[in-house]
Amino acid sequence: MGRKKTYMPYLLMLPTAALLIWLLLYPVGNVFYTSFRRELLTRPKQNGFIGLDNFVRIGTDPVFWESLVHSFQWVAAEMGLQMVFGLGLALLLKGRFKGCGVFRAVIFLPWALSGVLVSMLWSMMYYENVGVLNDLLQRLGILSKAVAWTGNKHTAFWALIAAELWRGIPFFSIMLLAALQSVPQELYEACRADGGGMRENFFYVSFPYIKETLVLTTLLRTIWEFNSVDLILNLTGGGPVHKTTTLAVYLANTARRDGNFGYGSSLAVVSFLILFVLAGGYLRLSGFGKEERG
Amino acid sequence: MKLFRKKRHRKQAAVYLILAAAVVWTLFPFYWTMITSFKTSPEIAAKPVTYWPMKFTWENYVLSWQNSGFSTYFLNSLKVALLSTVFTVLFAAMDGYALARYQFKGKTLFLLALLCTQFFPTAMLMIPLFKIYHKAGLINHHWSLVLTYTVFHIPFNAALMRSFISGIPESLEEAAMVDGCSRFQAVAKVLFPLLLPGLAAVSAYSFISCWNEYLYSLMFISSGSKYTIPVGLSMTIGEYSINYGQLCAGSMIALAPVLVMFAYVQKYMVSGLGAGAVKG
Repeated sequence: MGRKKTYMPYLLMLPTAALLIWLLLYPVGNVFYTSFRRELLTRPKQNGFIGLDNFVRIGTDPVFWESLVHSFQWVAAEMGLQMVFGLGLALLLKGRFKGCGVFRAVIFLPWALSGVLVSMLWSMMYYENVGVLNDLLQRLGILSKAVAWTGNKHTAFWALIAAELWRGIPFFSIMLLAALQSVPQELYEACRADGGGMRENFFYVSFPYIKETLVLTTLLRTIWEFNSVDLILNLTGGGPVHKTTTLAVYLANTARRDGNFGYGSSLAVVSFLILFVLAGGYLRLSGFGKEERG
Repeated sequence: MKLFRKKRHRKQAAVYLILAAAVVWTLFPFYWTMITSFKTSPEIAAKPVTYWPMKFTWENYVLSWQNSGFSTYFLNSLKVALLSTVFTVLFAAMDGYALARYQFKGKTLFLLALLCTQFFPTAMLMIPLFKIYHKAGLINHHWSLVLTYTVFHIPFNAALMRSFISGIPESLEEAAMVDGCSRFQAVAKVLFPLLLPGLAAVSAYSFISCWNEYLYSLMFISSGSKYTIPVGLSMTIGEYSINYGQLCAGSMIALAPVLVMFAYVQKYMVSGLGAGAVKG
């Protein structure tokens, strides 16, 4: 049926191709172009080509370096914790037992929530006076005085980590559970017959099957966390005093709040390059796609 | 044997215990916002904090719907999310059909292009998209959001549609065409009904993502009467004097459609979405 020469597939893909070129390919090129220009929303008359000035400014911008460090801390902490908890939950939810459907549905639920809604739910718990977290910890005798969790420079970052973890674990669990279910049951039985316990089951049977998913999920998630802004913007706004400003938050604030499109674009280019190197290095290290599945 | 069973029971109990802890961790934030939305303002501000409303009230819901603008935000979000979903599913299905049923020049290139789009940071495209929409006169129009969401959701959903369609034997359509159907009729009468569950899952998934999107909506929409729900919520959080009760009620309103969609889509998630996303 499909062997005949036909223009049909091209026709079917035309709208998508047009949209992708107009609203993805062209904008990506445009970011690179704008990064060499001065472009301010507030003072359009001064717009013009300024060569590498924006990039020179990035090199000497203390907020940039600080936010770069925060980005790495943010991604590293989230990746590590999400992977451990996500994998643990996936392994627990793998079996068929009474109520496993309900458990899955409930535990996966935060995945479907917007970052704004998550920040809303968590700020209701974090508030210094009306928040429930202070009340609980004081009742348990762990805290003697109420803490402004998102406003205190020692706790703000970790308050964000907890909220993002709440939203992020389900994605890992979903992806890994799907991969775990593709493992043929006979393999577990064979492993058990050979005297293997839980540990052997995981490392010799499950792990080879989920490795590729694990690599891809971590990669997608790293990119996603590196770029995530909605939760941070709404819970702390990047404060107190830049303590929770990641590169993506800095970029979003430069673009929207300051209307500085030129500098914002150069920040975008730099974060894109960092991500590119990070992702490439990760894929190479993990040996992704080197061996065929099976 | 008895010893073995005992050990097994203990293991089972441990699993349930950990899962129960995970459920409490997951549900507590929902629980807290929900009960707060039913409390009166004095009770919310009172010390000590109460874990169950002393007096139930619907007032927060009425006020946030009527006075705080949540009815407007809700309808705006509904419009944007539904339109984006329709376009996304339509175009993704067309791509999926082309990729699953035809061999053609440039197929690998197209697949590669779809994959590459997943790697562009959203924040990176804020500025150029703003400029494009500004030139086109679409800033502060919902169409800017519909276009953006459609573009961003097509690639992933096209890959999903491709795997759904590949899973349905082509011989069924061929048989219908032998019986005198045109290709279009074969697709409409044979493929479409079989594809419905997949289409529904893709639609629900895409609806949820559009309903939740924040950054572009914040960037492109400037007037309060056009805010979508995430931006509306975020602006309410940022207000000088927060009315916690109304904010909680607004959050519950924002949550409702997502819950409905999620109830449907979660069945497919592990088997369909998860696998489809990885295998492309």
